[in-house]
Amino acid sequence: MANPRHLTAAVIAAVFLGLVGLLLYGVLVSDRADRDALPSPLIGRPAPEFSLPVLHEPGRLVDSQELHGQPYLLNVWGSWCPGCRVEHPVITRIAETRRIRVIGYNWKDEHADAMRWLEQFGNPYWLVLVDYDGRKAIDWGIYGAPETFLVDGEGIVRWKHVGPIDDQVIESSLKPALDAIGVPL
Amino acid sequence: MSARRPTPWLLRGLLAALLLALSGGALAQAVRDATPLEFRDEAEARRFNALVAELRCVMCQNQSLADSNTQIAHDLRREVFDLMREGRSDAEIRDYLVARYGEFVLYRPRFGGHTWILWLGPGLLLLAGALVVVRIVRSRSRQPLPVEEDQEW
Repeated sequence: MANPRHLTAAVIAAVFLGLVGLLLYGVLVSDRADRDALPSPLIGRPAPEFSLPVLHEPGRLVDSQELHGQPYLLNVWGSWCPGCRVEHPVITRIAETRRIRVIGYNWKDEHADAMRWLEQFGNPYWLVLVDYDGRKAIDWGIYGAPETFLVDGEGIVRWKHVGPIDDQVIESSLKPALDAIGVPL
Repeated sequence: MSARRPTPWLLRGLLAALLLALSGGALAQAVRDATPLEFRDEAEARRFNALVAELRCVMCQNQSLADSNTQIAHDLRREVFDLMREGRSDAEIRDYLVARYGEFVLYRPRFGGHTWILWLGPGLLLLAGALVVVRIVRSRSRQPLPVEEDQEW
């Protein structure tokens, strides 16, 4: 390595290999289904405060404080959303274990359409909150449907998934997140 | 002049009526659709446009908030507009969105933490390249030029 020529060659090789590694990483990452998913800055922070109407009880507002004490999954959906249709059986399965409350967040929808959708495919939700102008959704950092949040008993956001939940998501990330807050699925 | 051909003034009147009807329809459409944002003055419009051009649409990640036509981009534009009206500064509005959607919404990410390589990376690469070139040039300058005996000028 005393020879400066060898040193130069080594530097060039290192830079070149570094770039190749970066490209390889890009190719591998581009294959992931959730490559566009943004990491939520809400993880580890208190869930946003809200007061939202309930789909099935016109006139009733649910305050975020009322939900504290027990953990819950917040599932963002809309009758217009194909991905929600895909994950619906999986959400239903989670809800049927009765290990955790699954709350629907009916986003940018219409009342009649939402009711018809639930009637047609079944309503797995413990409660369905309504946000049709999408104002509150901004506080949650919601940008599409489906999205799912895990909020613990203290009201801290623990986990978020963008896109339909499937068995693989449950095994690889939802279960560990639930285990961490002491809820076995 | 025969009765079959309408007189020019009648034709003009009909055209005017048609245009009026069409423009009325277009206005009604715009109001019913995505309520457009109404700026108080030119300065406010300029500030808004400069701000949303620098924010990334979270859904369609290769467009700015200004260019995108998705629902969420529309909602976020309205939010930015409302925050402006509340008297928040550009920095506060950016912080507001970063707190909800993360650093990703900024087309011009802040320096620090994990973004230093974004800012300094190109400069460091350029510097490394320059060093390599300097080394090569220096090592070559130390070698004597080969003398070509039979060179003709």
